[in-house]
Amino acid sequence: MNILVCISKVPDTTTKIRFLSDASGLDTNGVTWIVNPSDEWYALVRALELKEAAGSGKVTIITVGGAEDDPIIRKALAVGADEAVRIDAPAHDAAFVAKQIAAWVKENPVDFILTGKETIDYNGSVMGGMLAAHLDVPYVALVEKLEKSGNTTHMHRDIGGGTEEVEVEGMFVASATKGLAEQRIPNMRGIMAARTKPIHVTPPVDAQPGVKFKNYSLPPEKGACKMIDPDNMDELVRLLNQEAKVL
Amino acid sequence: MATIVFVDSFKGHIKKSAFESLTYAKKAQPGQEIIALVAGDVPQEELEALGQYGASKVWHAHGPAYQDFDSEIQGKTLAKAAEKANANLVVLPFDHTGKSIAPIVAVAMNAGLVSGATSLPDTSNGFTVKVNVFSGKALAEVEVLTESKVITVNPNSIPVEKEEGAAQVETFDPGLNISPRVRVKAVHKNTDEIPLPEAERVVSAGRGLKGPENWGIVEDLAKTLDAATACSRPVSDIGWRPHHEHVGQTGITIRPNLYIAAGISGAIQHLAGVNGSKTIVVINTDPEAPFFKAADYGVVGDAFEVLPKLNEAVRKFKEASA
Repeated sequence: MNILVCISKVPDTTTKIRFLSDASGLDTNGVTWIVNPSDEWYALVRALELKEAAGSGKVTIITVGGAEDDPIIRKALAVGADEAVRIDAPAHDAAFVAKQIAAWVKENPVDFILTGKETIDYNGSVMGGMLAAHLDVPYVALVEKLEKSGNTTHMHRDIGGGTEEVEVEGMFVASATKGLAEQRIPNMRGIMAARTKPIHVTPPVDAQPGVKFKNYSLPPEKGACKMIDPDNMDELVRLLNQEAKVL
Repeated sequence: MATIVFVDSFKGHIKKSAFESLTYAKKAQPGQEIIALVAGDVPQEELEALGQYGASKVWHAHGPAYQDFDSEIQGKTLAKAAEKANANLVVLPFDHTGKSIAPIVAVAMNAGLVSGATSLPDTSNGFTVKVNVFSGKALAEVEVLTESKVITVNPNSIPVEKEEGAAQVETFDPGLNISPRVRVKAVHKNTDEIPLPEAERVVSAGRGLKGPENWGIVEDLAKTLDAATACSRPVSDIGWRPHHEHVGQTGITIRPNLYIAAGISGAIQHLAGVNGSKTIVVINTDPEAPFFKAADYGVVGDAFEVLPKLNEAVRKFKEASA
């Protein structure tokens, strides 16, 4: 079983977000970088579980980025991926990343592809779908359960207000959401092994981004919180109705 | 040239998100023809009523291929509709459906895709749309670099506008020569529940509730308010509540008009998922809980006492205003 897992580098979830003075991008000073949680916790771990259950196979991780991404690639290798591919280009946008990964997959066939449901920086939830479209294979978004039996893959996907059970034959792209697997903390052996696992650095193909992010800002500060007497919920309801106008 | 709006249905009825998407399309390119693409079986009067939200035409794709939610069939149908209409803009909701099919359409049209728009496009200098980034911790503008554009609209971002009108309904056959590759085996729909990402009001609770058996008071208040229920990450991790209720940076991001949080301290990851809410009410026994800094209204008190009292007060208010 030859599984590809797409990962992305994002700021740690506890990061206090600040921007450069010209609002052109994130102020990366002091930011700790991690593997995007749903890529690592659900997509990668489920891929490892499937490989382990099959008793053979390979889990390859792929990302688009510069050499500064190597530490998070090592982290994913420490969790258990066998090898890594880094397409050596800035990750301009989801469209650009999808084109790069699609081009690599066309040269290096895999059985199926997993990624996280969204990254916690740009939250677009689109890379997986675009990748599937470029490869002309089915896309199953928001998968919370995935089992293999032969060439058939059984999945449960969250459809918002319910769950859908689906089956796919052969190659597909799925985006992983909570429930698919449990986070694995790398052990010392994994961390040591990761040091010698290969990271294949590949040049990008010619591709254009579809969008450009700019003029970053922080949300306006909330005014002071109005404290309400816990024995006077009528007052809270009055304020929600007359002041906030949400009732 | 036209704008195509993807209209989603659930249990045979058009979803609220469709009215937001149509209003968005009408205001994004005033004067341009709007065609609503509806996939699935929906009653004729609901299709015609889409005219009230700005659609002049409804293209209705129906039949066995549209019984289930198959993102590939729906995405390719939408792409065909965009091609036929010579559309330069496609608008969808930023929900489970939109997230599945917008990327397919964007690739087919070679269009730049804006995910989760929170504003109308600004065309004074290029074509830019506001979005939330860093899971709601920040905002940014997205400039679309391509001629054709696909936009998914964040729920509760655009107030729906309605006027007189009826759309002309036609059957749309995209002539797709493909059989579904994703076979739907079963669909389990949550009963009488408002999907969380679309809910205008949300009642949420955390570890302060002490156990899943105590969620009755949360559900009671949600019912009285016509609200959806949600929870913090620890609560979904330990299995007190289903995963799809987890709001926060690694769960889902929501922006309801009213968010009521009981027994949630307000870690930065939780705030990221909810700080786009219009009004936030925090109920916590600890007056130092960080969540109060992000709240509009705060109640220092025990959720077990405050929630039933609030429920009673809302009930009284509803009776009085009925």
